[in-house]
Formats: sequence, C-alpha cells, structure tokens
Amino acid sequence: MATETSIQKSESQVVQPERVRGGPTYIPAVDIVETNDKLILMADVPGATTEGLDVRYERGQLTISARVTPRQDPNTDYLLREYGVGDFYRVFEVGEGIDAEKIEAELSDGVLTLHLPKVPALLPRKIAVKSA
Amino acid sequence: MWANTMPLWNTFWELRRELDRLFDNYDFGLLRGPNRRAVFPALNIWDNAESIFVEAEVPGVKAADLEISAVGNELTIKGRRAPLENKDLTYHRQERGVGEFTRVVTLPCDVDADKVDASLKDGVLRIELPKAAAARPRQITVKTA
Repeated sequence: MATETSIQKSESQVVQPERVRGGPTYIPAVDIVETNDKLILMADVPGATTEGLDVRYERGQLTISARVTPRQDPNTDYLLREYGVGDFYRVFEVGEGIDAEKIEAELSDGVLTLHLPKVPALLPRKIAVKSA
Repeated sequence: MWANTMPLWNTFWELRRELDRLFDNYDFGLLRGPNRRAVFPALNIWDNAESIFVEAEVPGVKAADLEISAVGNELTIKGRRAPLENKDLTYHRQERGVGEFTRVVTLPCDVDADKVDASLKDGVLRIELPKAAAARPRQITVKTA
C-alpha cells in the first residue's frame, strides 16, 4: 500500500515574540483552499500595503505579518466604534509538501492572496488502467 | 432624582472611553481574533463640526459592488463579496464571509446627501457626509445688556 502524503495545514501554537511597538495586533480571517496543484490562502488584511507586508516561509511555517498605520488620530472621539485598527499576524504550519521557491503573493483590495504550489512529486497522477 | 444621576452616567462613559484608549495603545502581546461580528461590515463613526465620517473595513469588495446611499439622517451601505469562481476546489478553512451585505445606520443629524463623498482604498471604505446646513452647530454670541 502506498503511503499517503498529505499537506498539513494546522495553526501552530507558537509563543509570540513581543513586539517593540505598542498597539493591538489582530489575527486576520483566512480562507484556505486546495486545488489539484496548489494551495491558495486568502487573508483579509484591510488597510495593509505592500510595504508593510511581510510573508515568510521557513521550515514548513508560513508567517503572514502586516503593519497597518493607524488611520485616525488616537484621540478621536468616536460616535460608534466597532473595530480597532492594528497590525495583522498569523502563522500557519504548512508542512513539507510546498515548493517554497514558487510561492506567489499578491495584495489587492485589502486581501492578501498566496499561491503555494505543491511539490511536483505530490501531484495526483492519473494511472491508466490497461485491460489485460 | 434623574437630574442628579445624569452626571454620574457621563462619568462612566468618560471612564470607559479612557480605558478603551488605554488598552488600544498597550499591546498585551495577545493576538485578537478576527473581527467577527454578527453584522458586517463593522463601522467606526466620528465627526467634526462640518461632517460625519464613517469608516468600514470591506476587504475583497470592489467599488463597483458597493452601493452607498444617504437620505436625511440615514446612511445605507450595501454590497457583495463575490465567492471564488473556480469550482474545482476543496475548502480547508473558510473564515471570510461571502455574499451580500446591507447595513443601515442612523446618524446623529441630517446630512447633505448631494455632497457625500465615498472612497475605497486597500479594502477600507471611508465616507464623508457633510452635515446639513441646518444641523451645524452655530455659535451664539452672548450680548451683555
């Protein structure tokens, strides 16, 4: 029986290093989708720009970190305040099945989309059945 | 009795606001979960003498998919976030919502609906609603007799 190789996407319980800069940090909402040849990860990071964005993949861990500059004067008197503005940070354990060289990232309309192509050896291969 | 208790409530609101500010500037090292509320989008509203400002985070929504209208003192924000077109996929995690949303807000005063300005940048929607002329605060000079 062939052993199953799969790509794990678990969130790692990592001890966060403390940041020097004060201010809140938010976990962005993320969709993870798998197609035949890659994983697609979409993260909601409104207010982030490419300069403030840092995406890293090392040793199977994918780290998304976005610096968001506050948009308002901190002393603003709000009439209604339903959300705060702050940096984003999230780490995923993606496992070994990703071709790290070919990871692509794009940021548009406050959504970060990451394309994580699978290592070619893991692509499903259709095996033709010959009738004897 | 009521007149005596009103100032006390104001103190509580002030205290709460100060505490909000205090916690905002201090990072406990805790990550705050995604802003998942029962209503979407979450709004921040503030004002100055001339206008009311409304800000909403709507990542992934295109300007063409937004419909913003204002009448009197009511602001309506409607829009949709399109789902992925590709059907040949497996979802491992879905935390971001898709579909249509509508939010209606009652503003503290009437606004000039013709002069409302809305802009969308990096997934942040910002609406400026100039207050109606009748609603602007007017300085009243006190004459000494």
